[in-house]
Amino acid sequence: MNDIPKIKEILTDLCSLPGVSGHETPVAEEIKTIWSKLCDEISVSRLGNVYALKKGINAPEDAHRKVLFATHMDAVGMIVTELTGEFVRFEEIGGLDPRILPGQFVTIHTKTGPVKGLIVMPTKSLTKETYGSNPIPLKDLLIDTGYEAEDLQKIVRPGDVISYANDPVSMQDDTFSGHTLDNRASVAAVAVCLQELQTIQHKWDVIAAATVLEEESMAGGKTAPVDIRPDIAVAIDVTFATGPGSKEWNTRPLGSGPALGFGMNIHPKLYELFKGICEELRIPYTTEFSPRMTGTDGRELQVALNGIPTIVISIPLRYMHTANELISMKDVRDVGHLLAEFVHRLDENTMDSLVWED
Amino acid sequence: MKELLEKLTSAFGPSGYESRVRDLILETIKNDIDEYRIDALGNLITRKGTRKANGKRIMVSAHMDEIGLMVTHVDEQGFAYVTNLGGVRPLNLMSNRVVFADGTEGMLCARDMEPGKIPALDQYFVDTGASSRKSCKVKIGDPAVFVGRFVDMGDRRMSKTMDDRIGCLIAIEALKALKDSPHEVRFVFSVQEEVGLRGAKTSAYSVDPEIGIALDVTLCNDTPGLTERNLKFGAGPCIKAKDGSLVGTPWLNNALYDAAERAGIPYQVEVLRGAGTDAGAISLTRSGVPSSVISVACRYVHTPSEMVDVSDVKQAIQLLVEFLSKEIK
Amino acid sequence: MMKNDKQLSLPVLTQTDIDLLAELSHACSVSGDEREVRKIVRREIQPIADSFEVDALGNAIAVRKAKTAEFTRVLISAHMDEIGFMLVNEEDPGIFRFKSVGGIDPRQMAGKAVWVGPDHVPGVIGACPIHLTTPEDRKKTIKESDLRIDIGAENKAVKPGMFAYYATKFSEMGSSVCGKALDNRFGVCILIRLFKECPDNVELIAAFTVQEEVGIRGASVVAWDRKPDLAIVIDSTPAMDLPRWDGEESFIYKSKLGEGPAIYTHDGRTLSDPRIINYLIDTAEAYGIPFQRRQPMPGGTDAGAIHLTQEGIPTVSMSVPGRYAHSAAAIARKSDWEAQIQLLYAALANLDKTLLAQPR
Repeated sequence: MNDIPKIKEILTDLCSLPGVSGHETPVAEEIKTIWSKLCDEISVSRLGNVYALKKGINAPEDAHRKVLFATHMDAVGMIVTELTGEFVRFEEIGGLDPRILPGQFVTIHTKTGPVKGLIVMPTKSLTKETYGSNPIPLKDLLIDTGYEAEDLQKIVRPGDVISYANDPVSMQDDTFSGHTLDNRASVAAVAVCLQELQTIQHKWDVIAAATVLEEESMAGGKTAPVDIRPDIAVAIDVTFATGPGSKEWNTRPLGSGPALGFGMNIHPKLYELFKGICEELRIPYTTEFSPRMTGTDGRELQVALNGIPTIVISIPLRYMHTANELISMKDVRDVGHLLAEFVHRLDENTMDSLVWED
Repeated sequence: MKELLEKLTSAFGPSGYESRVRDLILETIKNDIDEYRIDALGNLITRKGTRKANGKRIMVSAHMDEIGLMVTHVDEQGFAYVTNLGGVRPLNLMSNRVVFADGTEGMLCARDMEPGKIPALDQYFVDTGASSRKSCKVKIGDPAVFVGRFVDMGDRRMSKTMDDRIGCLIAIEALKALKDSPHEVRFVFSVQEEVGLRGAKTSAYSVDPEIGIALDVTLCNDTPGLTERNLKFGAGPCIKAKDGSLVGTPWLNNALYDAAERAGIPYQVEVLRGAGTDAGAISLTRSGVPSSVISVACRYVHTPSEMVDVSDVKQAIQLLVEFLSKEIK
Repeated sequence: MMKNDKQLSLPVLTQTDIDLLAELSHACSVSGDEREVRKIVRREIQPIADSFEVDALGNAIAVRKAKTAEFTRVLISAHMDEIGFMLVNEEDPGIFRFKSVGGIDPRQMAGKAVWVGPDHVPGVIGACPIHLTTPEDRKKTIKESDLRIDIGAENKAVKPGMFAYYATKFSEMGSSVCGKALDNRFGVCILIRLFKECPDNVELIAAFTVQEEVGIRGASVVAWDRKPDLAIVIDSTPAMDLPRWDGEESFIYKSKLGEGPAIYTHDGRTLSDPRIINYLIDTAEAYGIPFQRRQPMPGGTDAGAIHLTQEGIPTVSMSVPGRYAHSAAAIARKSDWEAQIQLLYAALANLDKTLLAQPR
């Protein structure tokens, strides 16, 4: 596999960039650069979704079927609420566990450029409530930038967004760690797919979408189908990998391949289709049962417009929403490969096969 | 402006029952708009101006509805039990007066009152002075609102329903002041915001705007005893960076900051933990709409005595007019 | 009173309705897999429908065209799905970890019999023998995550991803019926009946929807696709009309058995259109059909999604009251069921464009 270093490079670039929900521009620009080399057209929606169109062959313009691959590009982060002396108070964007925050380095994105900061927790006499040895809630945490109050006032202001500051790390045995692997790993997987599609024939148009605001309002996933009008939608996201603190029935090992969604957000025939491809090509896979709504763009894609057959494909990931998420690169490649093989098999009969059998 | 605000805040308009507020607003603005319509939910959707080559279609939304209560049961003695319409806190109910659509007034009390404990909402009942179920003038499903007289306090004003008649006032004044705009501005007076941004959802769908601006109140936290003190009276209108329903679109917020600077108006950047406005619903419409909020800091939100600062309100109007008058890049 | 209360012969409840409700109650259709109910719907109305479609989510939508020149396009929606369980992991042969779907009180789980999968393989949700529990244990609710579904022995045909349902046989009890999933097989059964005897002056879009119990998802795409003039949602609402401990008048009950269909003003997701509420009440009074106002309080129906679709759709909900909803067995009155059919029929028969001429 000679593409290994390349995908890792792509992922390293992606995970070195901020792109907090609603403020995705830095990562969006990078995704445009990466995907534009692999597709026919790039466009950006009013809300900032990046769309890469890879055209299918041999179909008249009006008979083109379209499959949407939705990967959200935004990441959890924080936002400045107010300055208090030399310190910054902040609120979360997306869902953060405040227990992992103290001691974390962050970057505050100000009008004049990035400012480094450290999340700190006040000692017990300094908060209104007494927390003892319990975790300090978000509202009482502070960021220390090292600036004196007067300078801080000039640089940082409420509304500035804050992202994790650590660099991604390539780890042993093809594993990889960094912030925002949720969901940049999927963006990279789609790049793998688009790469493979350069040499694979496909009849359907493929539209890869890097969506915005998934961690907040799922706005990108809600609106992408309106722009694209897809016949089939696939949400690509991350799911819980087995690891310390996560040993429940609903986790799967790193390296176990794509996790195929099954449950109310997923059209059962699409599940069958993907499962069939995995079995045919001996791509390892697991099934992720979602008895309730999934926490992915998939739940919005399915009910967009007059309803879209949808599936969720996930990459196993440890330590979700922390600054050091962990994945196996093998899963990224497997997901990309599976998506490409899926596209390869889409034809004029596919839609007729997506029926509900009573 | 004061008289209009008094009229607006005094009007009866709990979520779902906004027609009186709508009639009042329509009467006030009908000569200043190019067209209007009322949709299935009761939103008043107006148009002012046409879209020039350098202009956009902008939806400006202020909600007409107010929080209230609704009768769930009238017992044999004639006491009317209630539930909430919108974000009513049990803490703010005790001993307050409410009024129903037909003018029936009553006072709120609760069962099982214990000193130091706040009864749950479903323990509250309204005493309308009736002596039996039969003689009680209200029935299941009847809505009521707080009684809260309008008071001119000089630099500040106090009344029920500043949330969001102050937004309606800003929209009305801006609409009247707006002369030369490159934009097609759709001023929408929306319904059912307090129960989940419902009116904005359907009106934004029909307006299909390119930019969405909500006008609303926000939580002023300059009163004693609070940890966070980021929004104050007299520091100018607030521009929304984030709340529970929206991340303010960065380029749009920059355009709002620029407009404030052009007009020489102070402003506050607002990050609110939780809560939401019409802008949240607008932003999710169709292909998505870049959206933000101009809000006015308000003390004691969702009580019968909401208070705003007059200069903040005036500056919010100025900001909106300045923003709508120029090309947005 | 209504201006034009036509002479109508109102539909009455028959043994056919009861047999159909029994069949629908026995069908197993947890949210996300509604095929068993959809199959019955298809059998009953596809032959007489002007069109019949199943969409990407599995909603079944049947249309019956109007026979008059002037007509109103009415969407009536009834959700097909029910609460239940999904098997998620086979821990030991025949013993499955499960997740509840659609909001079930864990106190309604332990010790119940279930049917599992498309073949309705019998199983039980096991509970620890009382002998092996302590008095302290018995004060605590047994958590869902501590319960398992046991089918007795390994069965290759039963796999994770399959659903399980309460194993309750439908029965008639006094003037009531008792069964599982009456929320919302009442709605499905009533909508089938109305479809067969639809008044000529409406185009009836009958939507048998999916995924209501898990977030009102099916109805939203149907409404988006069909854009009706107005919508009526028919469902079953909890009746909590049990006695209070102190014998005082209860003031929290949502609805009561025997007082007719419950018309919604306000629930967790919808403020019903007052024009339609008043119209239903006027109609009920004109024809002497009993009705009650459902207590405004949390809960929600398909209306929550429908009324906010696109530019907004005037919508109301009406429910047959049922005790013990979201448990193994509900009990409801036949008279309420019949009154709901009658009120819907009379309301449709008198419907014209004047109803929505004035703004809300």
